Amino acid sequence: MHPARKQRLILVVLLVALSSAAIGFVTYAMRANMDYFYAPRAFAAGEVPFEKRIRAGGCVVPGSIVRDSDSLDVRFAITDGEAELEVVFDKILPDLFAEGEAAVVTGKLQQDGYVRADQVLAKHDETYTPPEVADSMVGKASCQGDAKI
Amino acid sequence: MSWQWFHRLGSPRWFYQKSSAWLPWLGGAALLLLSVGIVWGLGFAPEDFKQGNSYRIIYIHVPAAFLALAGYYIMAISGAIGLIWKMKLSFVVMRAAAPIGAALTFIALFTGAVWGKPTWGTYWVWDARITSMLILFFLYLGVMALSGAFSREQSGDKASALLALVGTVNIPIIYKSVDWWFTLHQPATLKLTEASTIDPSMFYPLITMIAGFYLFYAWVLTLHTRTMILQREGRTQWVRELLGAPAPTKA
Repeated sequence: MHPARKQRLILVVLLVALSSAAIGFVTYAMRANMDYFYAPRAFAAGEVPFEKRIRAGGCVVPGSIVRDSDSLDVRFAITDGEAELEVVFDKILPDLFAEGEAAVVTGKLQQDGYVRADQVLAKHDETYTPPEVADSMVGKASCQGDAKI
Repeated sequence: MSWQWFHRLGSPRWFYQKSSAWLPWLGGAALLLLSVGIVWGLGFAPEDFKQGNSYRIIYIHVPAAFLALAGYYIMAISGAIGLIWKMKLSFVVMRAAAPIGAALTFIALFTGAVWGKPTWGTYWVWDARITSMLILFFLYLGVMALSGAFSREQSGDKASALLALVGTVNIPIIYKSVDWWFTLHQPATLKLTEASTIDPSMFYPLITMIAGFYLFYAWVLTLHTRTMILQREGRTQWVRELLGAPAPTKA
Protein backbone atom coordinates (compact mmCIF):
# COMPACT_ATOMS: atom_id res chain seq x y z
CA MET A 1 0.00 0.00 0.00
CA HIS A 2 1.20 3.51 -0.80
CA PRO A 3 2.74 5.16 2.33
CA ALA A 4 0.43 8.20 2.08
CA ARG A 5 -2.63 5.92 1.93
CA LYS A 6 -1.33 3.85 4.81
CA GLN A 7 -0.96 7.01 6.88
CA ARG A 8 -4.52 8.10 6.07
CA LEU A 9 -5.77 4.60 6.95
CA ILE A 10 -4.06 4.83 10.35
CA LEU A 11 -5.58 8.29 10.90
CA VAL A 12 -9.08 7.04 10.06
CA VAL A 13 -8.71 4.04 12.39
CA LEU A 14 -7.41 6.32 15.16
CA LEU A 15 -10.31 8.75 14.64
CA VAL A 16 -12.89 5.98 15.01
CA ALA A 17 -11.07 4.36 17.96
CA LEU A 18 -10.57 7.59 19.90
CA SER A 19 -14.08 8.96 19.35
CA SER A 20 -15.55 5.57 20.31
CA ALA A 21 -13.42 5.49 23.45
CA ALA A 22 -14.45 9.05 24.38
CA ILE A 23 -18.16 8.40 23.91
CA GLY A 24 -17.75 4.99 25.56
CA PHE A 25 -16.28 6.56 28.71
CA VAL A 26 -19.00 9.23 28.85
CA THR A 27 -21.71 6.60 28.48
CA TYR A 28 -20.06 4.42 31.12
CA ALA A 29 -19.83 7.35 33.53
CA MET A 30 -23.52 8.12 33.04
CA ARG A 31 -24.65 4.48 33.01
CA ALA A 32 -27.05 4.90 35.93
CA ASN A 33 -28.69 7.89 34.20
CA MET A 34 -29.14 5.88 31.02
CA ASP A 35 -31.54 3.53 32.79
CA TYR A 36 -35.12 4.38 32.00
CA PHE A 37 -36.37 3.13 35.37
CA TYR A 38 -35.32 1.79 38.78
CA ALA A 39 -35.84 -1.85 39.70
CA PRO A 40 -37.78 -2.55 42.95
CA ARG A 41 -34.56 -3.72 44.67
CA ALA A 42 -33.20 -0.16 44.28
CA PHE A 43 -36.19 1.06 46.33
CA ALA A 44 -35.58 -1.61 48.97
CA ALA A 45 -31.92 -0.57 49.17
CA GLY A 46 -32.89 3.07 49.70
CA GLU A 47 -31.21 4.32 46.51
CA VAL A 48 -34.31 6.14 45.30
CA PRO A 49 -35.04 9.71 46.51
CA PHE A 50 -38.41 10.57 48.11
CA GLU A 51 -40.86 13.05 46.54
CA LYS A 52 -39.01 13.28 43.22
CA ARG A 53 -40.39 12.15 39.87
CA ILE A 54 -38.86 8.72 39.26
CA ARG A 55 -39.73 5.62 37.25
CA ALA A 56 -39.95 2.06 38.50
CA GLY A 57 -40.26 -1.08 36.42
CA GLY A 58 -41.01 -4.71 37.15
CA CYS A 59 -43.45 -7.57 36.82
CA VAL A 60 -46.94 -7.02 38.21
CA VAL A 61 -47.25 -9.50 41.08
CA PRO A 62 -50.17 -11.89 40.40
CA GLY A 63 -53.00 -11.37 42.84
CA SER A 64 -51.73 -7.99 43.99
CA ILE A 65 -54.10 -5.83 41.93
CA VAL A 66 -56.76 -4.24 44.18
CA ARG A 67 -59.31 -1.95 42.53
CA ASP A 68 -61.37 0.59 44.44
CA SER A 69 -65.08 -0.12 44.06
CA ASP A 70 -66.26 3.45 43.31
CA SER A 71 -63.28 5.16 41.64
CA LEU A 72 -60.46 4.41 39.19
CA ASP A 73 -58.00 3.99 42.08
CA VAL A 74 -55.95 0.83 41.81
CA ARG A 75 -53.14 -0.60 43.93
CA PHE A 76 -50.70 -3.23 42.76
CA ALA A 77 -47.17 -4.46 43.47
CA ILE A 78 -44.29 -4.87 41.04
CA THR A 79 -41.31 -7.14 41.59
CA ASP A 80 -37.89 -7.86 40.11
CA GLY A 81 -37.64 -11.23 41.85
CA GLU A 82 -35.79 -9.76 44.84
CA ALA A 83 -37.99 -7.01 46.22
CA GLU A 84 -41.58 -5.82 45.84
CA LEU A 85 -42.80 -2.27 45.44
CA GLU A 86 -46.32 -1.01 46.11
CA VAL A 87 -47.84 1.32 43.47
CA VAL A 88 -50.98 3.47 43.69
CA PHE A 89 -52.55 4.80 40.49
CA ASP A 90 -55.78 6.69 39.76
CA LYS A 91 -56.07 6.79 35.96
CA ILE A 92 -56.89 4.33 33.17
CA LEU A 93 -54.44 1.45 32.83
CA PRO A 94 -53.09 0.49 29.35
CA ASP A 95 -54.73 -2.47 27.58
CA LEU A 96 -51.73 -4.76 27.95
CA PHE A 97 -51.42 -4.14 31.69
CA ALA A 98 -52.06 -7.45 33.48
CA GLU A 99 -50.88 -9.68 36.30
CA GLY A 100 -47.57 -11.33 35.47
CA GLU A 101 -46.79 -8.73 32.77
CA ALA A 102 -44.09 -6.09 32.98
CA ALA A 103 -45.01 -2.46 33.66
CA VAL A 104 -43.12 0.82 34.06
CA VAL A 105 -44.65 3.43 36.36
CA THR A 106 -43.74 7.12 36.68
CA GLY A 107 -44.47 8.87 39.94
CA LYS A 108 -43.15 9.96 43.31
CA LEU A 109 -41.92 7.72 46.10
CA GLN A 110 -43.89 8.48 49.27
CA GLN A 111 -42.47 8.41 52.81
CA ASP A 112 -44.58 5.30 53.49
CA GLY A 113 -42.56 3.40 50.88
CA TYR A 114 -45.10 3.20 48.05
CA VAL A 115 -45.08 5.02 44.70
CA ARG A 116 -47.95 7.33 43.80
CA ALA A 117 -47.92 6.99 40.00
CA ASP A 118 -49.22 9.51 37.47
CA GLN A 119 -48.39 7.29 34.47
CA VAL A 120 -48.35 3.51 34.01
CA LEU A 121 -46.92 2.00 30.83
CA ALA A 122 -47.10 -1.65 29.84
CA LYS A 123 -43.74 -3.08 28.85
CA HIS A 124 -43.96 -5.72 26.19
CA ASP A 125 -41.52 -8.65 26.12
CA GLU A 126 -39.71 -9.85 23.00
CA THR A 127 -41.80 -12.97 22.37
CA TYR A 128 -44.40 -13.25 19.62
CA THR A 129 -46.80 -16.18 19.81
CA PRO A 130 -50.05 -17.12 18.02
CA PRO A 131 -53.07 -17.73 20.31
CA GLU A 132 -53.18 -21.51 19.66
CA VAL A 133 -49.54 -21.92 20.68
CA ALA A 134 -50.05 -19.65 23.72
CA ASP A 135 -53.00 -21.80 24.89
CA SER A 136 -50.81 -24.88 24.93
CA MET A 137 -48.29 -23.33 27.32
CA VAL A 138 -50.66 -22.15 30.03
CA GLY A 139 -49.06 -21.48 33.38
CA LYS A 140 -45.77 -20.28 31.94
CA ALA A 141 -45.51 -16.69 33.09
CA SER A 142 -43.97 -14.44 30.46
CA CYS A 143 -42.54 -12.00 33.00
CA GLN A 144 -39.99 -13.87 35.06
CA GLY A 145 -38.97 -10.95 37.26
CA ASP A 146 -35.27 -11.39 36.65
CA ALA A 147 -32.74 -8.58 36.30
CA LYS A 148 -33.64 -7.79 32.68
CA ILE A 149 -37.35 -7.29 32.85
CA MET B 1 -0.46 -7.30 -4.27
CA SER B 2 -2.00 -5.43 -7.15
CA TRP B 3 -4.54 -2.78 -6.23
CA GLN B 4 -5.52 -2.13 -9.84
CA TRP B 5 -8.91 -3.84 -9.65
CA PHE B 6 -9.71 -1.82 -6.56
CA HIS B 7 -8.97 1.47 -8.30
CA ARG B 8 -10.98 0.52 -11.36
CA LEU B 9 -13.90 -0.18 -9.01
CA GLY B 10 -13.62 3.43 -7.90
CA SER B 11 -14.23 4.86 -11.34
CA PRO B 12 -17.71 6.41 -11.58
CA ARG B 13 -17.85 5.67 -15.31
CA TRP B 14 -17.06 1.98 -14.81
CA PHE B 15 -19.71 1.73 -12.06
CA TYR B 16 -22.33 3.55 -14.14
CA GLN B 17 -21.87 1.23 -17.09
CA LYS B 18 -21.76 -2.01 -15.04
CA SER B 19 -24.62 -1.20 -12.68
CA SER B 20 -27.26 -0.74 -15.39
CA ALA B 21 -27.28 -4.52 -15.78
CA TRP B 22 -27.85 -5.08 -12.02
CA LEU B 23 -30.85 -2.77 -11.70
CA PRO B 24 -33.65 -4.95 -13.13
CA TRP B 25 -32.50 -7.96 -11.05
CA LEU B 26 -32.22 -6.01 -7.82
CA GLY B 27 -35.49 -4.17 -8.37
CA GLY B 28 -37.39 -7.26 -9.50
CA ALA B 29 -36.16 -9.44 -6.63
CA ALA B 30 -36.81 -6.66 -4.09
CA LEU B 31 -40.39 -6.06 -5.26
CA LEU B 32 -41.08 -9.81 -5.38
CA LEU B 33 -39.82 -10.45 -1.85
CA LEU B 34 -41.51 -7.33 -0.45
CA SER B 35 -44.90 -8.15 -1.97
CA VAL B 36 -44.71 -11.80 -0.82
CA GLY B 37 -43.58 -10.70 2.65
CA ILE B 38 -46.27 -8.01 3.00
CA VAL B 39 -49.15 -10.27 1.93
CA TRP B 40 -47.83 -13.15 4.05
CA GLY B 41 -47.10 -11.03 7.10
CA LEU B 42 -50.17 -8.79 7.05
CA GLY B 43 -52.67 -11.25 5.62
CA PHE B 44 -51.72 -14.79 6.58
CA ALA B 45 -49.45 -14.80 9.63
CA PRO B 46 -51.43 -15.49 12.84
CA GLU B 47 -52.29 -12.82 15.41
CA ASP B 48 -50.18 -12.43 18.52
CA PHE B 49 -52.02 -13.77 21.57
CA LYS B 50 -51.40 -10.60 23.59
CA GLN B 51 -51.03 -7.74 21.10
CA GLY B 52 -53.54 -8.92 18.52
CA ASN B 53 -52.99 -7.39 15.11
CA SER B 54 -50.90 -4.44 16.22
CA TYR B 55 -47.77 -6.63 16.36
CA ARG B 56 -47.83 -6.73 12.52
CA ILE B 57 -45.95 -3.44 12.52
CA ILE B 58 -42.91 -5.70 13.12
CA TYR B 59 -42.92 -6.49 9.39
CA ILE B 60 -42.02 -2.87 8.59
CA HIS B 61 -40.42 -1.69 11.83
CA VAL B 62 -37.75 -4.37 12.25
CA PRO B 63 -36.52 -4.50 8.60
CA ALA B 64 -36.41 -0.69 8.44
CA ALA B 65 -34.41 -0.51 11.68
CA PHE B 66 -32.03 -3.28 10.46
CA LEU B 67 -31.29 -1.34 7.28
CA ALA B 68 -31.04 1.98 9.11
CA LEU B 69 -28.15 0.49 11.12
CA ALA B 70 -26.54 -1.52 8.29
CA GLY B 71 -26.87 1.47 5.96
CA TYR B 72 -24.97 3.62 8.41
CA TYR B 73 -22.00 1.25 8.20
CA ILE B 74 -22.23 1.32 4.40
CA MET B 75 -22.17 5.13 4.50
CA ALA B 76 -19.30 5.35 7.03
CA ILE B 77 -17.16 2.66 5.36
CA SER B 78 -17.67 4.35 1.97
CA GLY B 79 -16.55 7.61 3.56
CA ALA B 80 -13.45 5.90 5.05
CA ILE B 81 -12.51 4.36 1.69
CA GLY B 82 -12.95 7.75 0.08
CA LEU B 83 -10.72 9.42 2.66
CA ILE B 84 -7.97 6.80 2.44
CA TRP B 85 -7.90 6.05 -1.29
CA LYS B 86 -9.27 9.44 -2.51
CA MET B 87 -11.83 7.48 -4.47
CA LYS B 88 -14.54 9.55 -6.15
CA LEU B 89 -17.16 6.81 -6.40
CA SER B 90 -16.82 6.03 -2.71
CA PHE B 91 -17.83 9.57 -1.70
CA VAL B 92 -20.74 9.44 -4.13
CA VAL B 93 -21.99 6.22 -2.47
CA MET B 94 -21.60 7.87 0.95
CA ARG B 95 -23.66 10.89 -0.10
CA ALA B 96 -26.26 8.68 -1.77
CA ALA B 97 -26.64 6.48 1.34
CA ALA B 98 -27.38 9.36 3.74
CA PRO B 99 -30.97 10.30 2.70
CA ILE B 100 -31.93 6.63 2.28
CA GLY B 101 -30.70 5.87 5.78
CA ALA B 102 -32.48 8.93 7.16
CA ALA B 103 -35.75 7.80 5.57
CA LEU B 104 -35.40 4.26 6.98
CA THR B 105 -34.59 5.61 10.45
CA PHE B 106 -37.65 7.84 10.28
CA ILE B 107 -39.81 4.85 9.27
CA ALA B 108 -38.46 2.83 12.23
CA LEU B 109 -39.13 5.71 14.66
CA PHE B 110 -42.58 6.44 13.24
CA THR B 111 -43.81 2.84 13.14
CA GLY B 112 -42.42 2.36 16.65
CA ALA B 113 -44.44 5.34 17.88
CA VAL B 114 -47.62 4.07 16.19
CA TRP B 115 -47.11 0.65 17.82
CA GLY B 116 -46.09 2.14 21.17
CA LYS B 117 -49.42 3.91 21.73
CA PRO B 118 -51.64 0.79 21.88
CA THR B 119 -48.94 -1.44 23.40
CA TRP B 120 -47.12 0.66 25.98
CA GLY B 121 -49.68 3.43 26.35
CA THR B 122 -47.47 6.22 24.95
CA TYR B 123 -46.10 7.34 21.60
CA TRP B 124 -42.68 8.30 22.85
CA VAL B 125 -40.38 7.76 25.82
CA TRP B 126 -36.78 8.87 26.28
CA ASP B 127 -35.29 5.46 26.92
CA ALA B 128 -31.81 4.47 25.70
CA ARG B 129 -32.96 2.59 22.57
CA ILE B 130 -35.34 5.25 21.28
CA THR B 131 -33.07 8.17 22.11
CA SER B 132 -30.02 6.57 20.46
CA MET B 133 -32.16 5.86 17.38
CA LEU B 134 -33.16 9.54 17.31
CA ILE B 135 -29.45 10.44 17.44
CA LEU B 136 -28.91 8.15 14.43
CA PHE B 137 -31.59 10.13 12.58
CA PHE B 138 -29.81 13.39 13.40
CA LEU B 139 -26.44 11.91 12.35
CA TYR B 140 -27.88 11.06 8.94
CA LEU B 141 -29.31 14.58 8.64
CA GLY B 142 -25.95 16.00 9.77
CA VAL B 143 -24.06 14.09 7.08
CA MET B 144 -26.56 15.31 4.48
CA ALA B 145 -26.29 18.94 5.64
CA LEU B 146 -22.50 18.91 6.01
CA SER B 147 -21.88 17.32 2.61
CA GLY B 148 -23.81 20.16 0.98
CA ALA B 149 -22.42 22.97 3.11
CA PHE B 150 -19.22 23.62 1.15
CA SER B 151 -18.79 25.32 -2.21
CA ARG B 152 -15.91 22.91 -2.95
CA GLU B 153 -17.31 19.44 -3.38
CA GLN B 154 -14.13 17.76 -2.03
CA SER B 155 -14.37 19.69 1.25
CA GLY B 156 -17.94 18.51 1.73
CA ASP B 157 -16.87 14.92 0.97
CA LYS B 158 -14.13 15.00 3.60
CA ALA B 159 -16.08 16.79 6.33
CA SER B 160 -19.16 14.57 6.04
CA ALA B 161 -17.00 11.40 5.88
CA LEU B 162 -15.37 12.42 9.18
CA LEU B 163 -18.76 13.03 10.80
CA ALA B 164 -20.04 9.69 9.49
CA LEU B 165 -16.98 7.91 10.94
CA VAL B 166 -17.28 9.55 14.37
CA GLY B 167 -20.98 8.59 14.41
CA THR B 168 -20.26 4.86 13.95
CA VAL B 169 -19.88 4.55 17.74
CA ASN B 170 -23.64 5.04 17.98
CA ILE B 171 -24.43 1.81 16.09
CA PRO B 172 -23.24 -0.72 18.73
CA ILE B 173 -24.84 1.53 21.38
CA ILE B 174 -28.23 1.31 19.63
CA TYR B 175 -27.83 -2.43 19.14
CA LYS B 176 -26.84 -3.23 22.73
CA SER B 177 -28.86 -0.47 24.49
CA VAL B 178 -31.70 -2.88 25.37
CA ASP B 179 -29.23 -5.24 27.09
CA TRP B 180 -27.01 -2.68 28.82
CA TRP B 181 -29.73 -0.56 30.41
CA PHE B 182 -33.29 -0.78 31.67
CA THR B 183 -35.33 0.38 28.69
CA LEU B 184 -39.02 0.39 27.91
CA HIS B 185 -38.16 -1.08 24.51
CA GLN B 186 -38.03 -4.89 24.62
CA PRO B 187 -34.77 -6.78 23.93
CA ALA B 188 -34.05 -8.29 20.51
CA THR B 189 -36.46 -10.95 19.26
CA LEU B 190 -34.18 -12.21 16.47
CA LYS B 191 -31.02 -13.55 18.08
CA LEU B 192 -27.80 -14.62 16.43
CA THR B 193 -26.57 -17.13 19.00
CA GLU B 194 -29.74 -18.58 20.48
CA ALA B 195 -33.29 -19.43 19.42
CA SER B 196 -35.41 -16.46 18.34
CA THR B 197 -38.44 -15.79 20.51
CA ILE B 198 -40.93 -15.59 17.69
CA ASP B 199 -43.15 -18.38 16.40
CA PRO B 200 -42.00 -19.85 13.04
CA SER B 201 -45.33 -18.91 11.42
CA MET B 202 -44.53 -15.25 12.15
CA PHE B 203 -40.77 -15.57 11.63
CA TYR B 204 -40.74 -16.69 7.97
CA PRO B 205 -42.64 -13.65 6.63
CA LEU B 206 -40.39 -11.44 8.79
CA ILE B 207 -37.18 -12.90 7.33
CA THR B 208 -38.71 -12.50 3.85
CA MET B 209 -39.34 -8.82 4.56
CA ILE B 210 -35.80 -8.36 5.91
CA ALA B 211 -34.29 -9.93 2.77
CA GLY B 212 -36.64 -7.79 0.66
CA PHE B 213 -35.56 -4.63 2.49
CA TYR B 214 -31.87 -5.48 1.93
CA LEU B 215 -32.47 -5.90 -1.82
CA PHE B 216 -34.65 -2.78 -1.92
CA TYR B 217 -31.87 -0.86 -0.16
CA ALA B 218 -29.27 -2.10 -2.68
CA TRP B 219 -31.59 -1.15 -5.55
CA VAL B 220 -32.35 2.36 -4.28
CA LEU B 221 -28.69 2.98 -3.34
CA THR B 222 -27.56 1.96 -6.85
CA LEU B 223 -30.21 4.15 -8.48
CA HIS B 224 -29.34 7.13 -6.31
CA THR B 225 -25.60 6.64 -6.82
CA ARG B 226 -26.10 6.57 -10.60
CA THR B 227 -28.09 9.81 -10.51
CA MET B 228 -25.44 11.50 -8.38
CA ILE B 229 -22.68 10.28 -10.72
CA LEU B 230 -24.43 11.99 -13.64
CA GLN B 231 -24.77 15.19 -11.60
CA ARG B 232 -21.15 15.24 -10.47
CA GLU B 233 -19.59 14.11 -13.72
CA GLY B 234 -21.87 16.34 -15.81
CA ARG B 235 -18.94 18.12 -17.43
CA THR B 236 -17.03 15.01 -18.51
CA GLN B 237 -16.95 13.76 -22.07
CA TRP B 238 -18.61 10.38 -21.39
CA VAL B 239 -21.63 11.84 -19.58
CA ARG B 240 -22.15 14.46 -22.30
CA GLU B 241 -22.03 11.74 -24.94
CA LEU B 242 -24.39 9.57 -22.90
CA LEU B 243 -26.95 12.33 -22.53
CA GLY B 244 -26.48 13.47 -26.13
CA ALA B 245 -25.63 17.01 -25.08
CA PRO B 246 -23.65 18.66 -27.88
CA ALA B 247 -21.96 21.60 -26.17
CA PRO B 248 -20.26 21.74 -22.75
CA THR B 249 -22.32 23.66 -20.23
CA LYS B 250 -20.83 26.03 -17.72
CA ALA B 251 -22.14 25.30 -14.23
